[in-house]
Amino acid sequence: MIEINAVDKWYGSVQVLKNCTTTVAKGEVVVVCGPSGSGKSTLIKCVNALEPFQKGEIVIDGVRLGTRGIDLSRLRARVGMVFQHFELFPHLRIDENLCLAQEKVLGRRRADALARSAALLERVGLAAHARKYPGQLSGGQQQRVAIARALAMDPIAMLFDEPTSALDPEMINEVLEVMIELAREGMTMMVVTHEMGFARKVARRVLFMDAGQIVEDAPKERFFARPETERARQFLSRILDH
Amino acid sequence: MLAQFDFDVIARSWVYLLRDGLTFTLTLTALATLGGMVLGTLLAVARLSRLPVLPLLAGGYVNLMRSLPLVLVIFWFYFLVPFLGQWLTGSERPIQVGGFTSALVTFTLFEAAYFAEIMRAGIQSIPRGQVFAAQALGLRSSRVLRYVVLPQAFRNMLPVTLTQTIVLFQDTSLVYVLSLTDLLGAASKVAHRDGRLVEMYLFAALVYFIISFAASRGVRVLQRRMAIAD
Repeated sequence: MIEINAVDKWYGSVQVLKNCTTTVAKGEVVVVCGPSGSGKSTLIKCVNALEPFQKGEIVIDGVRLGTRGIDLSRLRARVGMVFQHFELFPHLRIDENLCLAQEKVLGRRRADALARSAALLERVGLAAHARKYPGQLSGGQQQRVAIARALAMDPIAMLFDEPTSALDPEMINEVLEVMIELAREGMTMMVVTHEMGFARKVARRVLFMDAGQIVEDAPKERFFARPETERARQFLSRILDH
Repeated sequence: MLAQFDFDVIARSWVYLLRDGLTFTLTLTALATLGGMVLGTLLAVARLSRLPVLPLLAGGYVNLMRSLPLVLVIFWFYFLVPFLGQWLTGSERPIQVGGFTSALVTFTLFEAAYFAEIMRAGIQSIPRGQVFAAQALGLRSSRVLRYVVLPQAFRNMLPVTLTQTIVLFQDTSLVYVLSLTDLLGAASKVAHRDGRLVEMYLFAALVYFIISFAASRGVRVLQRRMAIAD
């Protein structure tokens, strides 16, 4: 479903991704972790072509990114993305946030888009808030809306970029629960997160990144039981020991 | 001392002043604001675009307009536009444009430069994440601009835009150099006819003051409301 092949990326003269290679199979949940500045978010943004990369290739469902003439917007519409800071559109109501791209990108009629939005808001437990504005919702609620907004496009895969990092602790679980349910339903997911509980519960594989490189790419059992690199051991002990 | 003055002239002429003069001033202000906002938004988008040349042209225009005295631009267009029209239509004589049209074109073009800067700041104030989110949903850049960036930019810049409009309202009085009958022009005509300069200019000042002051108070209330809503 998602193939990342020897991707290099530079910001000017600073190399932020070095020879990154991995794949995410259909229905697989892959957690990407690592210290801050290790390139996790950059990698996931490259998958959605929000960030350009200079070398290597990324293929999504048979479509190769970077090929001349491919329709980036079409491709992005098929891959859902959830951001650290939610990024709901503050000038639009919740239901309008969900309808905008359904109508303008998928060409759905308003009534159909609204019906789909209502079903998804129901699913994330926010049906009562459809006519509110994002600013009236808590962080956890906003992030659940953001997930519903991405799902409204009927994506073939979902990317999560630190979806709980900006949340107060008591709101993290309501977001994780939605994500766990999604994973159990067989959604293909690539999740940048420090929530190791989530990784243990639903991930099939864990990628560990450091300094722009994928230094470990292992099934989760092996990653948690016997990390291969010293760097990953340090990271795990720091993040789990409290 | 006040005995030398005849404030009765105001009572005799205020209907004419407000009906003819103020209407002209307000119409010019409203239309030039509207035109200036549309053109200014286009200029701002052009200036921020990643296409070649376009940002240079838009930037050049904005800087040129902002570096010239308004009176000069008014004169310039008044005398130039008829010849431009002649050249464009290929007619034999300069096109008669009329004072109001000429003033409207001038103020629209002039204000566009200022609104362009306001809108540019507004567009740049929208966090990059908003653009990412819109792109990630598959929206093309023209739609990202239209449905996500510009509505928020307009909203954020509303107080500044209204303040600029108040400035424009006062600046429209400069059309008196074309002998047009705006509020100041009308006051000036009565003043000269009746030899009552002080009274009429005082009255005109009062009207400008009341409207501008009330409007800026309104902007402040709006600003406070927006701050609470955020």
